[in-house]
Amino acid sequence: MQLKGNMQGADYIITVDRISKYFGEKAVLMDVNLNIRKGEFVTILGPSGCGKTTLLRLIAGFQTPTEGVIRIAGKDITQTPPHKRPVNTVFQKYALFPHLNVYNNIAFGLKLKKMPGAMMEKKVKQALKTVGMTDYEYRDVDSLSGGQQQRVAIARAIVNEPEVLLLDEPLAALDLKMRKDMQMELKEMHRSLGITFVYVTHDQEEALTLSDRIVVMSEGRIQQIGTPPDIYNEPVNSFVADFIGESNILNGIMIKDKQVMFAGHEFECVDEGFGEMTPVDVVIRPEDLYIFDSSDAAQLTGTVTSCIFKGVHYEMMVDTPNGYEFLVQDYHSFGVGKTVGLLVKPFDIHVMKKERLTNTFDGKMIDETHVEFLGYTFECPAIPDSQAGEEVTVMVDFHDIILQDNTEDGMISGEVKFILYKGDHYHLTVYTDWEEDLFVDTSDVWDDGDTVGITIPADKIRVVKKSS
Amino acid sequence: MITRVVGRAYLWFLLLLLYSPILIIMIFSFTEAKVLGNWTGFSTKLYTSLFSGGVHRSLISAIWNTLAIALIAATVSTILGSIAAIGIYNLRTRSRQAIGFVNSIPILNPDIITGVSLFLLFISFGISQGFTTVVLAHITFCTPYVVLSVLPRLRQMNPNIYEAALDLGATPFQALRKIIVPEIRPGMISGFILAFTLSIDDFAVTIFTIGNEGLETLSTYIYADARKGGLTPELRPLSTIIFVTVLLLLIIINKRAGKIQKVTQ
Amino acid sequence: MFEKITIFLSRRRNWVIPYALFLFLFVVVPLFLIAWYGFADAEGHFTLENFQRFMQHPEALNTFIYSVGIAIITTLACILLGYPAAWILSQKRFNTSRTLVVLFILPMWINILIRTLATVALFDFMHLPLGEGALIFGMIYNFLPFMIYPIYNTLLKMDQNLIEAAQDLGANPFQVFTKTILPLSMPGVTSGIMMVFMPTISTFAIAELLTMNNIKLFGTTIQENINNGLWNYGAALSLIMLLLIGITGLVNGDGSKTSNDGGGLI
Repeated sequence: MQLKGNMQGADYIITVDRISKYFGEKAVLMDVNLNIRKGEFVTILGPSGCGKTTLLRLIAGFQTPTEGVIRIAGKDITQTPPHKRPVNTVFQKYALFPHLNVYNNIAFGLKLKKMPGAMMEKKVKQALKTVGMTDYEYRDVDSLSGGQQQRVAIARAIVNEPEVLLLDEPLAALDLKMRKDMQMELKEMHRSLGITFVYVTHDQEEALTLSDRIVVMSEGRIQQIGTPPDIYNEPVNSFVADFIGESNILNGIMIKDKQVMFAGHEFECVDEGFGEMTPVDVVIRPEDLYIFDSSDAAQLTGTVTSCIFKGVHYEMMVDTPNGYEFLVQDYHSFGVGKTVGLLVKPFDIHVMKKERLTNTFDGKMIDETHVEFLGYTFECPAIPDSQAGEEVTVMVDFHDIILQDNTEDGMISGEVKFILYKGDHYHLTVYTDWEEDLFVDTSDVWDDGDTVGITIPADKIRVVKKSS
Repeated sequence: MITRVVGRAYLWFLLLLLYSPILIIMIFSFTEAKVLGNWTGFSTKLYTSLFSGGVHRSLISAIWNTLAIALIAATVSTILGSIAAIGIYNLRTRSRQAIGFVNSIPILNPDIITGVSLFLLFISFGISQGFTTVVLAHITFCTPYVVLSVLPRLRQMNPNIYEAALDLGATPFQALRKIIVPEIRPGMISGFILAFTLSIDDFAVTIFTIGNEGLETLSTYIYADARKGGLTPELRPLSTIIFVTVLLLLIIINKRAGKIQKVTQ
Repeated sequence: MFEKITIFLSRRRNWVIPYALFLFLFVVVPLFLIAWYGFADAEGHFTLENFQRFMQHPEALNTFIYSVGIAIITTLACILLGYPAAWILSQKRFNTSRTLVVLFILPMWINILIRTLATVALFDFMHLPLGEGALIFGMIYNFLPFMIYPIYNTLLKMDQNLIEAAQDLGANPFQVFTKTILPLSMPGVTSGIMMVFMPTISTFAIAELLTMNNIKLFGTTIQENINNGLWNYGAALSLIMLLLIGITGLVNGDGSKTSNDGGGLI
């Protein structure tokens, strides 16, 4: 076993190898690869429904993957039941046993191991001390506050001396103040215990505060793995940029190496290798925008439309004359209505490849002027020589799709799942009832979870024959 | 103010209507007269004669049969129903609804349909009717109630505590014994009491499944007795005792239900 | 092998299997047997004779119609008597305690034969004649709690804000009742109807005791036929009753569901 472990790379305590998980037809995790080093504090971060909890539950053993292998300390444990795995879990809602007192909750695992009484008592006391709950042994768990219950839940897990501690949004149910305190204590516990922590959260600030490394997930896939500064400073795509911290995300065009155009102006940047005249996403952090009284140094000028004091800094919205909106943070305030100049340094402009430029679907010709995709038959420009039933590729540009309030008004319907503000318009991900994503650019305001009708005008549908 | 007085008066009038027959039986259980309605002075003779075996032997054996059937049926129903509830709780929505529907059939069906259908089942398979068939029939209509009283406990339970037990090294069976059973125990006890009461009370299903080998339960005894015209005087103290027992059992269930509600609120 | 059993049992949804089998054998199969016997003759051949016999046999048909009539009268009387009681019980201002509610439900749990014999005793005691009057009184007495409880439950769960909203929008007390309370409590009424109508039509032995064997209801007809070895005819009559109950259920909509919501329980 040890030999095999060495072959897998001795440093890795957990290896997640090409894991996929399906619930029925629905893919929750797709081809996930992750290596976690011994003693690391790794956070899996993502919005709800991204598959992060499922990944944790696969490691804990509460579910088994559809495909792939999970190893702990080099040993394949993919099919091992949870009670035989060297990991322990801290659950989101604590999951303390309501009929047992604090002592018996913590001693539960030790009793199952038939540990002698005196030793068990010593360990339980030690665990209580670690979580700062000395003298609470004989309290009823229902009489404890949320924070105290969470400490007991942590003590119950660490008393078993697991190789890996899994934490599933352990602080989500606590109030802000308590959460901040517990974050510090968790960090300290991680240092003193020296075991591996795998931590799941949707709170990006928590992830940045606690982790050695962050795994950003979205829609069942890992988007980026890196240290907190890496993730913050060099997001690989607009999703990560939007999810971690606040960002200005805009459509841009890479004119040539080190030259990018966005918001109607050309900027010098440090990025290379995108080719010439390539559409890209541009990300600028609000604190990287310099704001000052309008002067010649300004790359952009605009008018302040709102100014809010945030404790340490001010947060301002600046509208440019050509219709772009920027979020700016600065220690100085500029009043609403004031004309200001904006400047950004070349290395603060993050250029990233666009994940897609247009919607692309697999479709089927019904007749010369009708094509079926997304489970609906759309009228389309006439395609000469096409045969009924012929498989084709259909493309629709983001801004050509019309969203409507009433689902009955649309040809098909869907649900708004993700909203990205791009300075002068919104980029929406709409999950259609056909269970495929549709990307829409619009200047109308929609909310996450809105049900919408979707209409695609016939002349905006581009049908391309599949080359044989 | 006036509506309040009228309202309360109406309730008491209805209660009087509902309880007067039972009260009459209770009152006349404390007199010796053979015919109900004749008050011949206070006496506990009917009670002593009920317990000292002064009555027909078959009444005593009917009481024992009733208790034995209720005890076995309630025990089996509680075990079967609790295991089933855990299974149902973990089913996918579609199958859970299907099982839930079939589970509700014995509750919604009139007793006579349950009785006739089970009678046809036993004769079709050539099973001779008697004690066993009555017990099976009682399990059939009692278990759904156990399932319905255990399921809410499972729903209130934090679904993670079973996983937490596994995570801490418990095998699935240890997790069941040490975690799930203590959690659903109140529901199991309520279910048991319900099943026991239903079984004791049942008449319609019993009479279709009891056969004609001379086995009697209290209900069939009373029925036979009443059809003969007179009512054995000792049935008055017996009815009184049953009424008071059921009253006590129901108060217990109610107190429990009240407590559970308070805890969940 | 042992490993396999452990894995099978550790999937907790598998635990439903014993009960599912039990339900199949003791609920589903018996119901199908009723249909099978109902459409068969004594030799087991398919026939509609049992149903023809029912249609041609004036006694069974008359009993059936008479029973439906008695059930309708009982149900209506229970609504008229029970609705006000349920409403008073559900109102905080009448200061009704939970014990009082329990007192109303309690008679549901007393053996129906004992309740019936008690009614007979009451009529004897008051020197009233047994007969149709006693029958209807006995049925109301037996089943009134089954009407009060579901109505009480829906009234209790009703959002009090809705009533205040109706008053706020200008409804007088009568309009509040007819436009708000009554429609909102209909699920309770419909499940009450199911819980009174069904047992009234299906009980047996009760009517005989209350009328000194002068009046017979449909339940008794079924029981007598089964008792006399006429299983096929009895099964056909049971099917007719199931059909009637099914129709009542459909007319009532989903009312039976709310009663299932612990309506029969305490």
